[in-house]
Amino acid sequence: MSRRSARDPVEFVEERLGGARGLRFLMSYVFPDHWSFLLGEVALYAFVVLIATGTFLALFFSPDLGTAVYHGSDPALQGQSISSAYASTLKLSYHVSGGLLMRQTHHWAALLFLAAITLHLLRIVFTGAFRKPRDINYFIGVTLLALAILEGFAGYSLPDDLLSGMGLAIAWAVAMSLPLIGGPFATALWGGRFPGTSVFESRLYIAHVFVLPAILATLIAVHLAIIMRQRHSQFPGPGRREDNVVGTPMWPAYALRSLGLFAAVAAVLVLMGGLIQINPVWLWGPYHPYLGTNGAQPDWYLGWLIGALRLMPNLEISVFGHTLVPNPFFGGVLFPTVVFALLYALPWLDRRFISRDPARHDLLQSPRENPRRTALAAAVFSAVAIVFAAGSADRMFFQFGFGYEGAIWFFRGAFLAIPVAVFVITRRICLELAVEREHPLRGWSGRIVARDASGGFAPVDAGSTISEASDHGGST
Amino acid sequence: MASRLWKALVVLVLWAWGALRPRRRARARRREVDPSRRDAGSPAWVERTLLGLLAAIPLSCAAFAVLYILDPNTQLLGLALGAALALLAAALILAGKRLLPQETKVEERPIPGDRQAVDEVLEQAHAATDGITRRGLLLGAAGAAGAGLTAAVAVPVVALGPGIEDQLSRTPWHAGRALVDEQGAPLAAAAIREGSFVTAFPEGADKENLDAPVVLVRVDPASLRASSERAGWAPMGILAYSKICTHAACAISLYRAPLSPSTQSRGPALVCPCHYSTFDVLDSGRVEFGPAGRPLPQLPLSIDAQGTLRAAGPLSGPVGPSWWGDAR
Ligand code: FES
Repeated sequence: MSRRSARDPVEFVEERLGGARGLRFLMSYVFPDHWSFLLGEVALYAFVVLIATGTFLALFFSPDLGTAVYHGSDPALQGQSISSAYASTLKLSYHVSGGLLMRQTHHWAALLFLAAITLHLLRIVFTGAFRKPRDINYFIGVTLLALAILEGFAGYSLPDDLLSGMGLAIAWAVAMSLPLIGGPFATALWGGRFPGTSVFESRLYIAHVFVLPAILATLIAVHLAIIMRQRHSQFPGPGRREDNVVGTPMWPAYALRSLGLFAAVAAVLVLMGGLIQINPVWLWGPYHPYLGTNGAQPDWYLGWLIGALRLMPNLEISVFGHTLVPNPFFGGVLFPTVVFALLYALPWLDRRFISRDPARHDLLQSPRENPRRTALAAAVFSAVAIVFAAGSADRMFFQFGFGYEGAIWFFRGAFLAIPVAVFVITRRICLELAVEREHPLRGWSGRIVARDASGGFAPVDAGSTISEASDHGGST
Repeated sequence: MASRLWKALVVLVLWAWGALRPRRRARARRREVDPSRRDAGSPAWVERTLLGLLAAIPLSCAAFAVLYILDPNTQLLGLALGAALALLAAALILAGKRLLPQETKVEERPIPGDRQAVDEVLEQAHAATDGITRRGLLLGAAGAAGAGLTAAVAVPVVALGPGIEDQLSRTPWHAGRALVDEQGAPLAAAAIREGSFVTAFPEGADKENLDAPVVLVRVDPASLRASSERAGWAPMGILAYSKICTHAACAISLYRAPLSPSTQSRGPALVCPCHYSTFDVLDSGRVEFGPAGRPLPQLPLSIDAQGTLRAAGPLSGPVGPSWWGDAR
């Protein structure tokens, strides 16, 4: 583009709104180069793919539980009475051109969205990027994770196939298990006792396509605005200080690379959507409360919740023949509440107890530089990971034949023991690394020995040089 | 020895870490180092490759369009669109990394924290109440007004739900109600064999209701361990339990029925596929394993003169998951 033709639109905006300064700020915004900084970008781009594919799907999906007898093209479902929600999902998969591609891409994008957010969170926690002044943005990030889990669950609950129904039954029981308000709350939300009335499906739909995405988009925008205001954090390095940022400016190279990342994320998702089957709802069949299937697994990001529900022993607290705390409360409410409470409290915990450092930090830490925080975080995440693994104990039985009950007892023990071991080991590794500093394989770590006149060897002072050593050897 | 082991572990970790990172980050040098630099110009192959990549994109897009109209096959569509995006990604990243001037820049970071501005804001804010004597009272009244409004706006939430009690405690089961299968045909006692697992519903009731579905299994009457009050509930050894798990409302769709002596060590059990709560069939639906906190409600059965199964009373307890304050 010649300089002249580019001038007109910039001038147009500048003369009316005065955007040229802002544009200049954007163009010279500096991105420190580190691969781990791309995780958040991947999440952002997965979200864009979700909005694009989701908009397409919304054109064809009908959030209606009214039933009709199926006469479509799937022979396995012929003559069954199924809901419009399920029928429209089948129709958009079978008959809308590119419909299945969009649906599968949407589902893969949701899985990637949450995976990227989770890895991004790990990066933030282990490098101390949540510290002042980024604590405020960290809270937004944790909120985004919670909302994204809800959004994902709402999404795969919509099609009214057998798996969505089973998931919703559990969600209803978890809602019922809330202290004090559980019964009325769940009944109100579902418009009656589970499976509820058609109003629930439309509430779920509005939550999934409007309320939650709108909140997510707003929070993402605020998240980015705060980053730009504070500038990126950076790892220590040559010329990098607390009060500067060293890296590639947005224009021109970084903008292109980042757009390239967007295209790459979209490409991978579209290829997966086209080539790898996900959630074939026609195989599950329609949901009825009296139907269930074995080996059902939720989307991966709910694995830790199903694991918690499965690990919990059959405790239910009651007084005088009335329930106080139903069992799903422990795995479905208490466990995620504790995990998220820990996440939200992390900046404060770190300031008060872990690093005991209230100062402002724009330079990141390597995990080894803060052994206590790294070890604690690793222990907490390992506990969550074990619960997550316990959620697939039934698959382990199917795949490898490990007895289910034994596996559950194993995981209950592991949940108590492994985090302690992880804490000790991680802390030790960090301390060793911090002491070693240099790469032990590359730095000098040998010892000088000298041969004395009698033919024996004796170690020489670490400070002395070889020539000194030979002198030393010669004098004896 | 232990410390050697640690060293070995550390070396291993470091080695893996170092192998992943091609270059070691240079040690922080003096503070004044200015890493700014700018390299422009690129080798000739970059522009040629870029041209090739960019030229392939429209082809891939055209393939997508043609496929979409002629043969919207999911795999081919995904390949065509995915290829176009992958080419674009390659082109953008190549251009960003090799074609365009590569710059490292240093930008000053604005560090906020202007104490004086804070003081000024507070001063100005407090100035608003100058000359007001009943500050506390007014504030309290304003708070009450706000709370009242919030409550008033929240009241319509009540419209969401019908009363909970009748919703959660209505039951279609009573003595004499016939059991029917999914198609609505009455179930004959003779049709329930040992090892079979049959879902039944109350005749004429809504099958989607959580109270409706029960499972029928049959065992050797001599093996039953039920209490005396449930003595007559299982005519011919046929037992009926609610099909809705007392843990979290999934349908109990697995039946562990030991058919050969080698698996006889444990008795028949109903198993929920959601979190594998396991209910003892012989012992009044007692929880044998898994998270469910209450036994599975049992439906007393009777067999009428025609040999059809009928309920002999209501279910023995509330169906499905518990909630705060429910009667167990
Ligand atoms: S719903 Fe049956 S075990 Fe959880």
